[in-house]
Amino acid sequence: MPIEALRLSHYTVTNALGHGLAASWSALREGRSGLRPNDYPPACGDAALTTWLGRVEGLEAVSLPETLQDYDCRNNRLALLGLQQDGFVAAVAELRERLGARHIGLFLGTSTSGIEQTEQAFARRDEQGRLPADYRYRQTQSPFSLADFCRRYLGLEGPVQVISTACSSSAKVFASAERHIAAGLCDAAVVGGVDSLCQSTLYGFNSLELVSSQPCRPWDATRDGINIGEGAGFALLQRAGAVPAGPRLLGYGESSDAWHMSTPHPEGDGAVAAMAQALARAGLEPGAIDYVNLHGTSTPSNDRAEDRAMVRVFGSSTPCSSTKGWTGHTLGAAGITEIVFAALALEHGWIPPSLNTQAIEPGLQAGVVLAGRSQPLRRVMSNSFGFGGSNCSVILGVDDGA
Amino acid sequence: MGLEACVGGIGLVAPGMADWAAAQPLLRGEQLWQPTPLAAPKPDLLPANERRRTTTLIRLALAAAEQACSQAGVAPEGLASVFASAEGDTEIVERLCTALNMAGKPVSPTQFHNSVHNAPAGYWAIAAGARLPSTSITAGVASFAAGLLDALCYLQAEQAPVLLIAYDVALPDSLSAHGDVQQPFACALLLSPSGEGPRLLLDGITTGEPSAVRADLDALRRANPAAQALPLLHGLANGKAERLALRYVDQQLLNVVLR
Repeated sequence: MPIEALRLSHYTVTNALGHGLAASWSALREGRSGLRPNDYPPACGDAALTTWLGRVEGLEAVSLPETLQDYDCRNNRLALLGLQQDGFVAAVAELRERLGARHIGLFLGTSTSGIEQTEQAFARRDEQGRLPADYRYRQTQSPFSLADFCRRYLGLEGPVQVISTACSSSAKVFASAERHIAAGLCDAAVVGGVDSLCQSTLYGFNSLELVSSQPCRPWDATRDGINIGEGAGFALLQRAGAVPAGPRLLGYGESSDAWHMSTPHPEGDGAVAAMAQALARAGLEPGAIDYVNLHGTSTPSNDRAEDRAMVRVFGSSTPCSSTKGWTGHTLGAAGITEIVFAALALEHGWIPPSLNTQAIEPGLQAGVVLAGRSQPLRRVMSNSFGFGGSNCSVILGVDDGA
Repeated sequence: MGLEACVGGIGLVAPGMADWAAAQPLLRGEQLWQPTPLAAPKPDLLPANERRRTTTLIRLALAAAEQACSQAGVAPEGLASVFASAEGDTEIVERLCTALNMAGKPVSPTQFHNSVHNAPAGYWAIAAGARLPSTSITAGVASFAAGLLDALCYLQAEQAPVLLIAYDVALPDSLSAHGDVQQPFACALLLSPSGEGPRLLLDGITTGEPSAVRADLDALRRANPAAQALPLLHGLANGKAERLALRYVDQQLLNVVLR
């Protein structure tokens, strides 16, 4: 069924490319990657794993407001830094004055929340194995911590939830927010996601042999895994008639692979279902999509399955690219990061290439773009697929007639 | 346009309440609740090779989900789902953080992919062959109410049935002093646009105290965020028209009418 007419009145991203939209946009246009050799070693003093990271500069210096100090952890610092860019906090405050705090929902994605605090607390256990007294489970480790912190910081009192479906988390927030607005539970929503570096994901993905020792290169014949990144992104979703400008949320699709916990369906069945549902909800044929920001993690099996799905839905002519070569895989923040990148592409009429990709693996047939190009864009899609077979595709577009 | 649903099937797994059938006389006050330790839940749908890879949290969630479907006589593959858990798999958090502080960082690949908050949803999809949309959320102590809201919104948007599962396990030893979950608890509601069974209507969000349940059950309600469903489960067991209030965020309440 068609969705509520909504648009992204404001949006912002912070990631390895820098703080705020301008930093991301200039790095995208200049082909400047944010990846760097891993300089995030474990607390125990061991050498850092040999890989590349998408690390956000300056997080160590961020301090939370006095009244919210209990929430202090890398993830909430990144959330705060992200919220403070591009006038986002002021936009939320203005809307809160207009609609009332109870009428604005908050839907945020994260995969690991503040687990870094628990990792470090375990390194400081006493002789009896007890965690240190200053360890704050509720405000940091708990997966609700992110929304609990942002809700208090932004002064929102509407419906709230954290979606944690691994790497699709902060794409699915658009679907959940749209349904809450359509049901009348709120009139607008802050959506987004934050995930931050931790040893759990570095060594966890490494245990699955999915981490590359080099900069990641989606779709490349020599690709051999991901680089982990961190990022924050937020968007303010409002009824289209209430605001004059901003990309429209045209559709979304969600599906489950029902196949394997950490490997996508080889024919991309779940991804096809998510993309097809997003198109159907938007009332669009595949040919109406001008650009797809791929999930494109750069593992051999993920890219192969997504390629298969892309070809099944779009054939080989729809331009698409993965931007993970810029930011690394920001996991629970990948959805919002790449939906905002798609919004920037739409706004500026420019398709980013798949950075670091030299030679596409023979047999892969999606229309992966290797050189950035300017062209008018009217409708764009972003794909996000996660562990547990959780898939989400989101379509943004300009207003009809615009 | 009010949010409402028909409750077609109910699942419950908790200490002293092996399933919904066993829980009803207890909820109605015909028996006192005894905190008998929970027997290891054994979901039947999951093939043995997959079940071996799972954790207590995953099996608890799947057992409740299966009960709700079988009680309603509904095939699980045709259901969308909302999985709501305040804390996720804290047993795995403990194991991961222990491994990360050992020489060689012996993180288990299976444990790592089981560590995602949507691991129960992933196993459920595999077990049930369910390919429809599924979400996995948390709202802390408000997780059950947030899950109910999310499920009602999905049902209204799609006019299709949705399975809501709320579950948490007691925090492991290392974390128990720092958090709030002392008992395991899982419940599942199969919500449909129409059909047999009581109707549940959302009647606004207010502030105040949630509906009281008996003192013995109230201890359980406070011992697990999923057990914030107890006032609703109590109402469903009584089978009478009733208005009740469920714990939502901060001092907010989700008001629900049963008919």
